[in-house]
Amino acid sequence: MVEAQNVGFRAGHRDLISGISARFAPGQLHLIIGANGAGKSTLVKVLSRLLRPAAGLVQYDGRDVSHATERDLARRRAVLSQAIEVAFPLSVREVVMMGRYPHFGTRPAQHDLDIVDEVMRFFDVSDMAERSYPTLSGGEKQRVNFARVLGQVWQPVAGQHRILFLDEPLTFLDIRHQIEFMKKVRETLKSGDMVIVGVVHDLNLAARFADRLLLLNQGRVLADGTGAEVLAPAHIRTAFGIEPVVTTAPGGGMHLIFD
Amino acid sequence: MSAPRIAGLLLALVVLMILTVLASIRFGAIDFPLHQMWSSTAAVLAGRTPDTLDGRIFTELRLPRAILCVFVGASLGVGGTLMQALFRNPIVEPGLVGTSSGAAFGASLYFVLGTVLHVEQAPWSLPAAACAGGVVSTWMVFALAETRGDGRASIVMLLLTGLAVNALFLSGIGFLSYIARDPQARSIIFWNLGTLSGATWRSVAIVGGVTTLGTLASLVYAKQLNALMIGEEEATYLGVNVARLKLIVLSINVAIVAVATAFTGVISFVGLIVPHILRMLRGADNRFLIIASAVFGATLLSLADLIARVALRPAELPIGIVTSVVGVPVFLSLLRRRHYVF
Repeated sequence: MVEAQNVGFRAGHRDLISGISARFAPGQLHLIIGANGAGKSTLVKVLSRLLRPAAGLVQYDGRDVSHATERDLARRRAVLSQAIEVAFPLSVREVVMMGRYPHFGTRPAQHDLDIVDEVMRFFDVSDMAERSYPTLSGGEKQRVNFARVLGQVWQPVAGQHRILFLDEPLTFLDIRHQIEFMKKVRETLKSGDMVIVGVVHDLNLAARFADRLLLLNQGRVLADGTGAEVLAPAHIRTAFGIEPVVTTAPGGGMHLIFD
Repeated sequence: MSAPRIAGLLLALVVLMILTVLASIRFGAIDFPLHQMWSSTAAVLAGRTPDTLDGRIFTELRLPRAILCVFVGASLGVGGTLMQALFRNPIVEPGLVGTSSGAAFGASLYFVLGTVLHVEQAPWSLPAAACAGGVVSTWMVFALAETRGDGRASIVMLLLTGLAVNALFLSGIGFLSYIARDPQARSIIFWNLGTLSGATWRSVAIVGGVTTLGTLASLVYAKQLNALMIGEEEATYLGVNVARLKLIVLSINVAIVAVATAFTGVISFVGLIVPHILRMLRGADNRFLIIASAVFGATLLSLADLIARVALRPAELPIGIVTSVVGVPVFLSLLRRRHYVF
């Protein structure tokens, strides 16, 4: 369980987020949506403790995270960021191996090597293992990085939930890889002991794949609940300033069309 | 690449270094036949002073110079690797971001003011002065160049700021040389272009000790520096305390480069070329790069020193001219490469 209690963060004199309280349960896919500048990325950075909140508290499994060491956090919490560029010729395998860095000292153990092979197969990047990361396409880089962060929290941690944050993971992915990616995220959830919180832009993908949605508007929570609750036309109008037409997708879920 | 192949590559680099150093000991203003190299070295190892003039030239000039060259080359190579990893940019090196010129300024200030102010001539006072200068200049460049706010200075700002700070400290050195009485401080060519001609066993001991310790210490942080290559946020998510890592690695870097510079003046571009060539051979894993750039930096600088001594013999070129002739084209080609991020 990840919990934010009345969390706020300021940059200069501007509140990027304020008064946010939310709970993110294991085994469910939580997606954060909102317009540009609504505070989605800031919230993810505060939840993952990259940023320390100016107000409020972030708890993992009921414990305040502000005092944990970087390394202890890194063994159970991974974050997939947007657009990771590397100026040096690192091999794909080494980038994926970085996910295991918090778990070993100087040399990877056999099970670290095994996990790297496994996650590379899971994300279909085994063929690129020896290629140089800077030469990959944007979509390939994204898959390599997802393999890396999943490798970081691959093993269950006794007595704790594993936590995975995805900050706009679908950027650079074509439509097929977007769908495959979301399916893999759902597959990952089946272990039951992982909390996954993501930020996405595509409201229809959010409606289709999320168990719970959190809609932010101007740094505050506008709506929190299931897709049908959160994606009500009134909420969309307030948050995005655009009028949706709600229809039903062939599979039975809701589908938004914008004029 | 597999572990045996890395070991093989490292072994090849070590063999190359030994051959280069042997050549650099053998040839110079005068060439020493092998039997004389052997007998003079044996004499030194037995604690005796060689009885011939040639023997003394060999043991008191040629040999310490060659060994100092190994350690200085290693420190510049490792310094370049550390700076490039820290700032995630392949065109950063100690000479370009002011560390070397600041260190040279600190050292020349010591030569000029040390006698006036009666600073104790302790063995560590010169290296300490150089370190202080290197810290000030490096800090100036990075503080002034940081415009993005994410800790990653834009490379254009970094280079331009480096240029300005270098100019400032080099003109400071020019002024000190102008007013100096001390012959070493008077030689502006010594500080600006670098030379190993002042090598003594004492400088070998100091530079060797600091370089060895610094290289071993930086190996401890190689894995964290790898994580830093994918970004400061990412490294934090991977469990690295980035602020602490930066402070430690920058300190190691300034210490090894400044101490070397105190005894040899500013030698540019070695720290740029060495990691660059090694990355082309084997990729950017810092666990490999740090060791290899020590070995290969030593090799390249020994080769440069050999060229500096034999190109116009019996006269001698400043070594900085040799390293610049090789380094500038590499630097320019790096600047023009597209897939490096600026």
